[in-house]
Amino acid sequence: MDDALIRSLTPAVLGILVRRGADFAAAEDAVQDALIEAVRVWPDDPPRDPKGWLVTAAWRKFLDATRAETARKRREDLVEAEPAPGAASDTDDTLQLYFLCAHPSLTPSSAVALTLRAVGGLTTRQIAQAYLVPEATMAQRISRAKKTVGDVRFDQPGDVATVLRVLYLVFNEGYSGDVDLAAEAIRLTRQLAAAIDHPEVAGLLALMLLHHARRASRTAADGSLVALADQDRSRWDTRMIAEGVEILQAALAKDRLGEFQAQAAIAALHADAPEAGETDWVQIVEWYDELAKLTDSPIVRLNRAVAVGEADGPRAGLKALGELDDSLPRYTAVAAYLHERDGDEQTAARLYVEAAEKASNLAEREYLTRQAARLNRKSPPHR
Amino acid sequence: MAKYLLLKHYRGAPAAVNDVPMDQWTQDEITAHVQYMRDFAAKLEGTGEFVDGQALSTEGTWVRYDGEGKPPVTDGPFAETKDLIAGWMVVDVDSYERAIELAGELSAAPGKDGKPIHEWLEVRPFYGNPPTITE
Repeated sequence: MDDALIRSLTPAVLGILVRRGADFAAAEDAVQDALIEAVRVWPDDPPRDPKGWLVTAAWRKFLDATRAETARKRREDLVEAEPAPGAASDTDDTLQLYFLCAHPSLTPSSAVALTLRAVGGLTTRQIAQAYLVPEATMAQRISRAKKTVGDVRFDQPGDVATVLRVLYLVFNEGYSGDVDLAAEAIRLTRQLAAAIDHPEVAGLLALMLLHHARRASRTAADGSLVALADQDRSRWDTRMIAEGVEILQAALAKDRLGEFQAQAAIAALHADAPEAGETDWVQIVEWYDELAKLTDSPIVRLNRAVAVGEADGPRAGLKALGELDDSLPRYTAVAAYLHERDGDEQTAARLYVEAAEKASNLAEREYLTRQAARLNRKSPPHR
Repeated sequence: MAKYLLLKHYRGAPAAVNDVPMDQWTQDEITAHVQYMRDFAAKLEGTGEFVDGQALSTEGTWVRYDGEGKPPVTDGPFAETKDLIAGWMVVDVDSYERAIELAGELSAAPGKDGKPIHEWLEVRPFYGNPPTITE
């Protein structure tokens, strides 16, 4: 029994405790303790009914924790009230947990932390390591988040869009330490997709799978970034791509287009090209046009300019770029790329240097600096 | 979710408003200042935004490689070094605005006469991970 399988039971167990009357914060702590015990005990003594085992263990831990005199009365009431099964399914509980942990009253970092713990079953230490903050800081962040949602009723319907934003953040932040956040985000999105039939949930899952399938080829052995056009496409995970495409097609068939489905469609078109040169850029531009209608994000229009540059030539790309605000992140990098494609290598080299200075992460800075160095060796800058 | 360094300088920052040096404060003024810094760090731990805080000695030495098999060359400290870092705080916050707000609060630490020092702090973003999806 692996760790991920144990953790996949987290939302159902937590849901049962909350439905029995435990308050969310205490129930969450109890489930966390039960999970830790399961990881310790199960390898030598695997339970016949893992979920039942976890519910029993978590409930016992919850009762232990509420041993205080003031809580005794309430505990006795709860013991008498137990069990109250059948009121709701595990699926409903799971969905409610996602809503609660991504509640709009939480800041993005709090929602991410709470989701990873209460839905994902990760420990505070694992989450702290993944986000490179001290464990005490992460513990406080989670405990405050629990307090913030303490008064939210568990049966209130939530907004799927807020949940998707949280899962997207978990996926897109990359990963560090022992926990693979991208894989965890996919696991949690898959679990959500099983709990609710919603084309944007499917769209996000497809988007994640299509990007995750390219992970091995995205960085070189030394950790440096490899641009999409230069990636070794034989290293793409074709099975994962096929799954992403299938999920996307089923979602698109429902005819309720959303941001994530459109982004996934673009990723699918890239994944579909056996060579970078065979990419269907005309269709990609069309999808960017759709995406621009769904969101007013200037980043989408920036990426559209790149696609226009490929579909209609670098001059057309530069023209599209010229209509955008030049303070956008990556604007200068895009300008450098389009100028190089247009044959103006000196301008491109100068812009690559400028773009490197503005990069928001080290891998991109190094990538852009290498591009400048490559062009400068071909035609040294005037001094 | 981004990390920022709030950097405090002994020298090199523009002059603070209340820039009487600490060696001319009363004992109580020093105590009040130290307490403010402790409270600030504790508050950040409580909000789940604290990553690290350190103070540096003013003593520093320049070091460089001097070739295979040789010990490194050392030099200094140089009294005239323009930029001298005093310490830092690293925060993990949801926005740039929040980092600025916290730096402003840190700059209000009390100095002479218990009045805010209004010292200049440098706010520097950390490089994060490259995002997977850039749409």
